[in-house]
Amino acid sequence: MYIYDQHDKTLIGERVAQYRRQTDDYLAGKIRDEVFLPLRLQNGLYVQRLAPMLRINIPYGMVSATQLRALAHITRKYDKGYAHFTTRQNIQLNWPQLEEVPDILAELAAVEMQGIQSSGSCIRNVTSDEFAGINADEIEDPRPWCEIIRQWSTLHPEFAFLPRKFKIAVSGAKSDRAAIQVHDIGLQVLKNEAGEVGFKVLVGGGLGRSPAIGQVIKEFLPAQHLLTYLEAILRVYNRYGRRDNKYKARIKILLKAWTAEVFAAKVEQEWLQQIDSPSTLTDEVIAHAKDFFTSPAYENVDVTSAEATLQQLAGEQIAFGKWRDRNVVTHKVAGYCAVHLSLKPTGVAPGDVTDSQLEAIADLADRYSFSEARVTHHQNLVLGDVKLSDLHELWQAAKQLGFATPSIGTLVDMICCPGGDFCSLANAKSIPVAEAIQRRFDDLDYLYDLGDIKLNISGCMNACGHHHVGNIGILGVDKKGEEFYQVQLGGSALNDASLGKVLGPSFYAHEIPDVLERILSIYVEQRIEGESFLDTHRRIGTAPFKEYIYAKAA
Amino acid sequence: MPKLLKDKSLVDNGWQVLPKDFAGSLPNAPCFVPLDYWLANKQSPLNPDTVGVWLDAEQEPEQFADDIKSLKHLAVNFPSFMDGRGFSIARLIRERYQFTGELRAIGHIVPDQLFYLSRCGFDAFCLEALDLGDEAEPHHQLEDYLAAFSVTYQACVNQEQPLFRRR
Ligand code: HEM
Ligand code: SF4
Repeated sequence: MYIYDQHDKTLIGERVAQYRRQTDDYLAGKIRDEVFLPLRLQNGLYVQRLAPMLRINIPYGMVSATQLRALAHITRKYDKGYAHFTTRQNIQLNWPQLEEVPDILAELAAVEMQGIQSSGSCIRNVTSDEFAGINADEIEDPRPWCEIIRQWSTLHPEFAFLPRKFKIAVSGAKSDRAAIQVHDIGLQVLKNEAGEVGFKVLVGGGLGRSPAIGQVIKEFLPAQHLLTYLEAILRVYNRYGRRDNKYKARIKILLKAWTAEVFAAKVEQEWLQQIDSPSTLTDEVIAHAKDFFTSPAYENVDVTSAEATLQQLAGEQIAFGKWRDRNVVTHKVAGYCAVHLSLKPTGVAPGDVTDSQLEAIADLADRYSFSEARVTHHQNLVLGDVKLSDLHELWQAAKQLGFATPSIGTLVDMICCPGGDFCSLANAKSIPVAEAIQRRFDDLDYLYDLGDIKLNISGCMNACGHHHVGNIGILGVDKKGEEFYQVQLGGSALNDASLGKVLGPSFYAHEIPDVLERILSIYVEQRIEGESFLDTHRRIGTAPFKEYIYAKAA
Repeated sequence: MPKLLKDKSLVDNGWQVLPKDFAGSLPNAPCFVPLDYWLANKQSPLNPDTVGVWLDAEQEPEQFADDIKSLKHLAVNFPSFMDGRGFSIARLIRERYQFTGELRAIGHIVPDQLFYLSRCGFDAFCLEALDLGDEAEPHHQLEDYLAAFSVTYQACVNQEQPLFRRR
């Protein structure tokens, strides 16, 4: 993991002092609301339906046991004892007091955490792949590049008042697990034929209103030019992005208005004027960044005997076998695996954890995974480096703590935004819908038979719950003050990214489990051996689903 | 007399900013003319010691790139403090067009932006442009805002080397 040096510590300390002064001034009536707004947003503080909400960055999802304990302490001391993991690998507190936020930020700073630019019209927390550095399909570890981007974007003086929020995601693997095609900038780490590292650069993806898939504006950017090229993109966006209408202010709108070719040419022209400036990365800085992400001290594990034991245990204890099939992921190092800690037990808002659970995760990380954990954009956690010989013991511990719901990747492993229970922008609640779905689909064998299905729920078109890129997406809509839910089919945020298509007229909340049941029955009926839900939908289209569902409903 | 924060201290601001649609003859005092006026009248002798040029946020330094070095006073307008285009314009003026004269922020800015503004190359700030809420005077030393951080990661106008080359 990246470790702060004196420079990073000084900067973050000065940031806390600055925000403390800003908060004091605001409370003393010396700063107006409109002026305080971007200041607090750029430290992570929203003001929400019931209370303020504080968003804390977990850069590219890496969190240490020490940090998890500090988060536990903070949720206990300043909040109601629970917190929420988001789809952007961050963690949110729902009930902090505005007056206490400077103290919270100071406590976070002590463990090298912060909320800098986690909200507001600026460059947000850079996100990545939860299996960075440990998956066999990796081309190159994205985390050193993420850290370079994190530092570059932190308090960037030119880009703190952009037309709108700006999100960057980096993937270093062949399979995209960071949803780079639906980010303002998506970076794919590549190696060219000469073995040199570079990036494929996508721009203009995004969800929210008018969702869009990013377009490639550079096939191969040599790695040393990363920052000058990002700076060129951001400068073009800062100068020419629309500012007259906040719904048209994201970079995706500029790209559509200009076309990707024109945008790329403009960026190229800007970039060529900065190329080779001092912001060009040196071999030393790249090597320095990589030094923080070397492999931990893996032990030699007797793989054959560990596998044999696991096989035997899986035979004896069916629940363990199921969990292992669904929640455990192969590792690039023989004898190790990565383990999902599910935050989706039925009846708990997806992504929510209590203070004592945070501490328990820290203990598990200490005991089984080199004191580190990773946050996934599906709102679960991963222990990245678990010895096969520890797996059964870890399962027992996770089960007791409520993290062993064996449903990763299935229908009930949903992404779900806070919705109407917490969010003042919501059109409808989302958490109760998620719960109703979990209650209805409680037969694991049925869920396993359905296989991988991404179900994503948002409480409004801002799309915090990624409904456009769910294989099945559910969107809360408001019709004359009543809550309804629109269903979309066919979205994906993986390599084959696509936006879902609306099924038809929307439904009442209580109808949603039935509607899902019917959608799934069409899939089961029509699938060809081994075909996923998404592939079946791509082959047969929306029409058969639509006919069946609306015929029944009528 | 209105005040100007310049080189970290408050001085009298004897300069006027002429309106964007200004036409006619110049006043007998130092003034910033709008870019369009400059482009239309730059053939006539205008004294750079008393005539500066101001740009609005949607205008482009590229439009008078060749003239920038001959000028001594430039100003960039912020229609609202949330409109960050002026930050990019300032860096272009300084870094690409190598302007070494005085660069002012005019329009609407807030004290907490002074640090970023100065990093992007502004070295003069009209107090009228600074949003002080209901107060007449800034409630902290303006120099403190300018010095909010002692560490910066990026290269910028006042620091050519990014931190990674200085670590
Ligand atoms: C509860 C307070 C929240 C508020 C007020 C809020 C507000 C918003 C708004 C206004 C947008 C639309 C931005 C746009 O279209 O330009 C948005 C998008 C988004 N938010 Fe949230 N959000 C909240 C919580 C969350 C949470 C909890 C998550 C993660 C689970 C999240 C993740 C996202 C994502 C991924 C997007 C889509 C990004 C994109 O458009 O590319 N937000 N949010
Ligand atoms: S999608 Fe809408 S309801 Fe859900 S958190 Fe985002 S803004 Fe709130």
